[in-house]
Amino acid sequence: MSTRLLYFAWVKEKTGIGAEEVDIPAHITTVAELMSWLKGRGPEFDNAFARSEVIRAAIDHKHVRHDAAIRAAREIAFFPPVTGG
Amino acid sequence: MIKVQQEDFDIGVEIARLKAGRSDIGAIVAFVGTVRDHAGGRDVEEMLLEHYPGMTETELQRIEAEACSRWPLQACLIVHRYGTLAPSDNIVLVLTVSEHRKAAFRAAEFLLDYLKSHAPFWKRESGPEGRRWVEADTRDEAATAHWDKPKHAAE
Repeated sequence: MSTRLLYFAWVKEKTGIGAEEVDIPAHITTVAELMSWLKGRGPEFDNAFARSEVIRAAIDHKHVRHDAAIRAAREIAFFPPVTGG
Repeated sequence: MIKVQQEDFDIGVEIARLKAGRSDIGAIVAFVGTVRDHAGGRDVEEMLLEHYPGMTETELQRIEAEACSRWPLQACLIVHRYGTLAPSDNIVLVLTVSEHRKAAFRAAEFLLDYLKSHAPFWKRESGPEGRRWVEADTRDEAATAHWDKPKHAAE
């Protein structure tokens, strides 16, 4: 399944990319598992997701917890806690 | 109504737009957030506001719908800027309109508390000491918990 992954703020700075299309392996079913898998892609991603407990996620424009299922997601975004307003 | 834009806003123009053609409005509450030249012990010369196009609008609409379901609002406007800003520049405008002031004040505070903890914007400050991403204030998340407490019927 090809899913769009997005990164923002310092997560984007550390990964070096803002968006990509990724074929997520079928055995990965939650946001937490996805972050662990992303960490293994190389030193930039390992650094970006080093403090994964701090990173927030959204699936199809909705905030989700790390135990959320990713199966039907079209778009998954990772970012620091928001600081707007 | 939600507007996410790079351009500056004019609070007088926005209020005039909300009032146009109606005379049943009793209270208008406005909040404007602006860029400070000093934060966390450092001088700020420039602020970059990054955002998640698509999700910012959706999330702000969600927050606005929640406010309208909790309070009797005649109108509501959130304008949030993104891009590069300088000290004293406007960042965000929240306008709430109601027949009476209590709903307008409460809804405005609610909207701001929620957008500060849910709307996908991120601030990066630049100054003589370098660039850094602003860290989320845990008080903002605590502020939203305040809105979850049981309400008195009078509210």
